[in-house]
Amino acid sequence: MKSLEFEQLIAPFKNKVFRFAKRLLVSTEEAEDATQEVMVRLWNKKETLVNYNSVEALAMTMTKNFCLDQLKSKRASNLQLVHSNYSDNRTGLEKEIEAKDSWNWVEKIINTLPEQQRLIIQMRDIEEYEFETIAAVLEMNETAVRVALSRARKTIREQLVAKHNYGLTNS
Amino acid sequence: MDLQTVNILLEKYFEGTTTITEEKQLKAYFTSNNVAPHLAHYRDVFGYFKTEKEIKFDKKLPLQPRKTKTVKWISIAASLALLSGTVWWVSNSNEAQANELGTFNNPEEAYQATQEALHLLSNEVNQGVEGMAVLKQYEQTKRKIFKKQSNKQSK
Repeated sequence: MKSLEFEQLIAPFKNKVFRFAKRLLVSTEEAEDATQEVMVRLWNKKETLVNYNSVEALAMTMTKNFCLDQLKSKRASNLQLVHSNYSDNRTGLEKEIEAKDSWNWVEKIINTLPEQQRLIIQMRDIEEYEFETIAAVLEMNETAVRVALSRARKTIREQLVAKHNYGLTNS
Repeated sequence: MDLQTVNILLEKYFEGTTTITEEKQLKAYFTSNNVAPHLAHYRDVFGYFKTEKEIKFDKKLPLQPRKTKTVKWISIAASLALLSGTVWWVSNSNEAQANELGTFNNPEEAYQATQEALHLLSNEVNQGVEGMAVLKQYEQTKRKIFKKQSNKQSK
């Protein structure tokens, strides 16, 4: 497989992998590194890719495992990075400030969810995957995915309603 | 989409039972401009989902063609070939020399050849010794001069 063919193969899900990694790692730079890492690993096993039903699902699973490992080793080291301390490059771009501001709220709420729920929200509500794929990637059964999804959506709703009603909560 | 449908879909949405198509309908409704005021806060959620999907990964991938590996293997093969070639050549030339040491089947011939060789050797040695005889003269002269000099110094 030539590198051009490979680029074509990963083109449909390259961005999804990046967003998936970003959902877990939060920092854009780390998500970029993770995406590169996953793609290089895919490239290295390119001869065996034909054996997989869906390279996309494989890539997502690899991303999930890689990012969770990253988070684990980060927690194990003394340097603890608190997600809310990151300032995202893009938010500095001051585009559509007001709209972005409330969207940032949604982002903050999502980032406080447990990792698994975050991934499910990412895969379902943003990437619009079917439950079957989500279950395969996360190695869960579909019912468990639905339950976790419902829980995550309700948490987002509660926090958002609270924010709208009182105007100020911890930022 | 009328309000009642939206409410039903929202309820299903929070239970996790909407289909992708229904969720797309919800997204379309909440990103449009005619959202019912009491549902306005959902605009943030669905709007966020929509913008998040537009984030792109535009970094270059460091994909290296297998070249590096092939080059590595070729260099290993080349050095191996060179090494074994040298070893083969050296051992071969040694063998050739060993063969040339020559053996005689006839003892008389061997005796003659040995004598000739020894003659040659002794001739050469004698020539060297004759040469040394000349050197003796130099040695004597040198001693005379240096003795005188050392005598002078001691005086």
